[in-house]
Amino acid sequence: MNAVLIIAKKELQSYFDSLIAYIMLVLFLGFSGFFTWLYGSDIFMVGQASLQSFFSIAYWTLFFFTPALTMRLLAEEKKTGTIEMLLTKAVSDRQVVLGKFLSALMLVMIALAFTVPYVITLSKLGNIDAGEVICGYGGLVLMSAAYISIGLYASSLTNNQIVAFLLALSIGLFFHIIFDVLASSFTGIPAQVFSTLSLSNHFESMSRGVVDSRDLIYFISIVFMGLFLSELSLTKRNLN
Amino acid sequence: MNIQIENLSKQYGYQKAVDHISFEVKPGEVLGFLGPNGAGKSTTMKMITGYLSIGEGDVRLGGKSVREYGDDLKKHIGYLPENNPLYLDMPVIDYLEFCAALQGVHSSDIGKRVREMVRVCGLNAEKHKKIGELSKGYRQRVGLAQAMIHDPEILVLDEPTTGLDPNQIVEIRKLIRELGKEKTVVLSTHILPEVEATCDRILIINKGKIVADGSAESLRKQATGQEIIKLRIEDASPDVIMQELRRLQNIDTVELVDKTMNRFEVQSASGKSSRREIFQLCVQKGWVLSELIPIETRLEDIFRNLTTN
Repeated sequence: MNAVLIIAKKELQSYFDSLIAYIMLVLFLGFSGFFTWLYGSDIFMVGQASLQSFFSIAYWTLFFFTPALTMRLLAEEKKTGTIEMLLTKAVSDRQVVLGKFLSALMLVMIALAFTVPYVITLSKLGNIDAGEVICGYGGLVLMSAAYISIGLYASSLTNNQIVAFLLALSIGLFFHIIFDVLASSFTGIPAQVFSTLSLSNHFESMSRGVVDSRDLIYFISIVFMGLFLSELSLTKRNLN
Repeated sequence: MNIQIENLSKQYGYQKAVDHISFEVKPGEVLGFLGPNGAGKSTTMKMITGYLSIGEGDVRLGGKSVREYGDDLKKHIGYLPENNPLYLDMPVIDYLEFCAALQGVHSSDIGKRVREMVRVCGLNAEKHKKIGELSKGYRQRVGLAQAMIHDPEILVLDEPTTGLDPNQIVEIRKLIRELGKEKTVVLSTHILPEVEATCDRILIINKGKIVADGSAESLRKQATGQEIIKLRIEDASPDVIMQELRRLQNIDTVELVDKTMNRFEVQSASGKSSRREIFQLCVQKGWVLSELIPIETRLEDIFRNLTTN
């Protein structure tokens, strides 16, 4: 088995062993379910068989949950020194980063898989747009991947999990909301730049069922950037 | 697979942790790495195992440079890091399986290797516990087990016997000796008798530099300029014996250690032995020579001499 998958499997296992996975699943499904079905402008108020309200809730819940998943990935290993044990096994720094990234992404995908009953329920209530649903889920996965890679980078910078969590959240906040706010308060080229950087713009168009290559490139480049920087910061142990 | 270290250096900021050291370890050899804290032992080991990049110089394992083939060479190395870091929330068996899989042990052999390691390291009673629940000695065994799980050709052990009780220490030393017959073993330790018990060769390093290299015996030979003997001579008063001993040619100093038991400590002139003279003297005077104990220079003294100044 590939080293990336071995590490991913071990990390996923430890999410479930340490209860993090269960807490995350319960909270995610609780929040999303409550606001999707029971409270506020829920699915029944929209008057359409659309998962739009779920996507906009999950957009926020996942934003808060991903740093909680990623904060321990590297910070804990650095604190306990197990990183030395891990990196002297027959694996490269890159495989470690990819394995850890994959484990958090798999956990998010498991959480999203538990919301498939929403789709089934809704399809009994009316005609749903399959393309829109698939795009929306795709958008959530891509968004999570972006935040996981940012969180992984934050985790690679420190050996304190709380610092890693807050750091990931504050970097994420820029993409999540601040760039959008800045875009609306500027005009001209700065406005365009900020609007391109804003994750919410790209997510919104995806959750409406529009797949644009620019959105895909945007998400994938954040993921690559985050993973690249994480690997770089792991390798940096050598540069004293 | 041998280890060749060529002119290896590593600098942390302005401090040179390892300063142009060179040595070679062959298969079937156990090398003991000695030195005071901060001498550069762990840094050297980290460079051999590929955790830290090489500053200057090179490390070659089986002729291949770690600089170029680092990731490929890792699977030939078993490494027990300093302080033995482990995943405390993992059960012993799961952890060993994880390590075996990472080291590229074929999935059909993993079970067999894990069972073998559990047996060799005496982990049978604890194998289903989480590592965090184990005592320090058992954790150390898990650390050794993970280092040896893929049957590596090179073993690098940073203080392998810390935290073990005397029985375990004897077992682990025996194990290392056994492994050292075929494999290339480098171990570091603070415990000097351990080096004598397990290592074929000793390397003392101080402030990043090698200050001594050789077997325990050859180090002793270098260090002992003068022969020291403990004596017990009966049937005469200590003062008389002292006087007679002082007259002997080959004796440099005589010291009365224990008056009631007539015990003396004698230091011979450098390069000479005074044992025969002492015996002849006793025969001539009709004294009984009831003890004659040659004192070897202790490794501790050699170590202290080399590393303090």
